[in-house]
Amino acid sequence: MMDLRELYQEIILDHGRHPRNLRAIPEATHKAQGHNPLCGDRVTVYIAVEGERIADVSFEGRGCAISTAAASLMTEVLKGKTVAEARALFAAFHSRVTGAACEALFREVPGGADGALCEDLEEALERLEPLFGVKAYPARVKCATLSWHALEAALKNGAAKVTTE
Amino acid sequence: MTAANAPSLSPRANRFEPARLRREFPIFANNPGLVFLDSGASAQKPRSVIDGVAEFYRREYANVHRGVYRLSERATERYEEARETVQAFLNAADAREIVFVRNATEAINLVAGSWGAATLRPGDEVLISELEHHSNIVPWQILRDRIGIRLVVAPIDAEGGLDLAAFEGLFSERTRLVALTHVANATGAMVPVERVVRLAHRHGAKVLIDGSQAAPRLPVDVRALDCDFYAMTGHKLYGPTGIGVLYGRYELLETMPPWQGGGDMVLHVSFEKTLYQDPPHRFEAGTPNIAGAVGLALALDFIEELGREAIREHEEALTAYGADQLSRIPDLCLFGAGERRLGILSFDLDGVHPHDVASVLDQHHVAVRAGHHCAQPLMERLGVAGTTRASLGVYNDERDIDALAAAIEAAREIFLR
Repeated sequence: MMDLRELYQEIILDHGRHPRNLRAIPEATHKAQGHNPLCGDRVTVYIAVEGERIADVSFEGRGCAISTAAASLMTEVLKGKTVAEARALFAAFHSRVTGAACEALFREVPGGADGALCEDLEEALERLEPLFGVKAYPARVKCATLSWHALEAALKNGAAKVTTE
Repeated sequence: MTAANAPSLSPRANRFEPARLRREFPIFANNPGLVFLDSGASAQKPRSVIDGVAEFYRREYANVHRGVYRLSERATERYEEARETVQAFLNAADAREIVFVRNATEAINLVAGSWGAATLRPGDEVLISELEHHSNIVPWQILRDRIGIRLVVAPIDAEGGLDLAAFEGLFSERTRLVALTHVANATGAMVPVERVVRLAHRHGAKVLIDGSQAAPRLPVDVRALDCDFYAMTGHKLYGPTGIGVLYGRYELLETMPPWQGGGDMVLHVSFEKTLYQDPPHRFEAGTPNIAGAVGLALALDFIEELGREAIREHEEALTAYGADQLSRIPDLCLFGAGERRLGILSFDLDGVHPHDVASVLDQHHVAVRAGHHCAQPLMERLGVAGTTRASLGVYNDERDIDALAAAIEAAREIFLR
C-alpha cells in the first residue's frame, strides 16, 4: 500500500476544504444528482451549455475529501470545454483511476482517436492527476468518479439521478 | 460445555485475557497487526466454529428431517440440538420457540410478514424508535404500504438514549406492537428493554426486540425480559453467516400463518388443501442452513464457556476505557448513547468525512466501520451524514483502543492540522 499522503495530497485537502464552484446554476441547461449508497454521499452537478461549449459548471453537496475535491477539480477543468471534450476527459480520467480502458468515448473527440488526447485535454488531465492515487484504494474509486458520473448523466438526460452502484 | 469445565480461560476469575483469546481466532494469526474493531458489523470466528463446521461436513452431514438412514438422523439430531443450545442461551421455555432464519433481518421480516400481516388491521400502530437499524424500519414500512398500518417513531433524548417519557406518550389504543433495538448498532445506546416490555404489555401491545448487538455482549433471558419476540443473528455471535434466530412465545407462534411455503413446513400436501407443521418447522420452509445452525451452536458454546457475565464485564470495562480515551482527543465528538453505552463507540472528527477517517485508520491496520451504519434516520437526527464506528469483541483489549486513538491522531494530523 502506498503512503496515505499520496492519496491525501495537499491539493486534494485544499479542494476538499475549500471546494471551487460549490453553488447552483439557476439557468443550468443540464443537471443531475449523483448518489453513492455506500456512504450516503450526494452531489448535484449543474452545467450551462452554450452552443457546443460548457459555459459554466458547478456542484452542490458535500462528501468525503476525495469526492469533494474530485467534484471541485472537475468543475475547474471543464469550463470552456466542449461537451465531446468533457466526455473524453471523463473517459481518460476514469481509466486512470480504475485502470480500465474506456476508449470508445475517445473516438467522439476530434483528434482523440486511439485513446490519445489533444494537447489541451492532456493539460486538463494533468490537473486531475492528484486524484489518480485512489487507484490503490478500490473502496475509494467511487468517491473520485461520483461527480463525473453525475456529469455524464446530466449531459445525457438533461436532468437525472445516478448512483455509483 | 459449561463454565465449570472450561480449562484455561478462567471465566470465574472474571478476568479476560483477550491477547490469549486472540489465539483462538485464526484471522489474527493470518493478519498480523490487525486491530479489529468492527465486530458490530460481523464478529470473527473462533477455531472451534470454523473447525466444527468443517468436521460436521466431513463426518455427519446429510439433509435433515427426511432421511430414514442413520446419517440423516444424526444430522437432524445436530440441527435440533442446536435449537436446544439456542433455547438455553436465551433461556426460552421451549425449544419449539426457536425458529432458525438467515439473520436478524429475516427474523423481523418473518414477524412482519406472518404475525403482522395476519393480525394487524388498517390504522393499527407499530411503535419503533429513532435508534433503529434499517432492518427494524423497512419491514414495517412494507407492511404499512401493504395493509395501511401506522408507523410511530419514538424520539431519542438529548443524550442520545431512548426518550422514555416521549415513548410512553406515544402509546395509543391502536398500539399493537413495540419493535425496538436492545443496543443501538450505530451508537451503542442501550435501551431499557425491561421497562419497555412492561410499558408495552400494560398497553396491550406485543414486543419485538432486535438483539443483534446485545446478544453477543449481554446475558439475555427472554423469560425474565418477558418479551414476545427476540431477534438475533449468528455472525455477530462469533458464528457463521447465514444463520439467525427468531425467538417467539409459543402461543404466538402457534397462531401465526406460514411465512414462506415449501418443503419441510408441511404435514400433508394435496392440490386442494395443505396442512402445515407446528412451530418452529412451520416457519422453516426448504432445506435450512444445517451447518450454519451447528456452527451457531458451537459459537454459543464458545460464548458460554467464556461466561456471559464475564463478557459483559469485559465489554463494559473496555467501552468505558474507549469512551474515556476517545474523549481526550481534541476535535473528536463521541455520539451520545444515553445513560448506558455498550460495545460501540461512534464518533465525529470535526466534520471530517468518516470515509476519510476510516482510510487513515485502515492505513494503521485499524478496521472500523464508516458511514451511516444502516441507520440513516438516526444519522439525520444526529445531523451527520455518517459516523466512524469502533465496535468491540471478546478479543479486543486496551491496546486496540490505544491503537485506535493513535490512528485517529494521525487522521487529525492529515485533515485538521
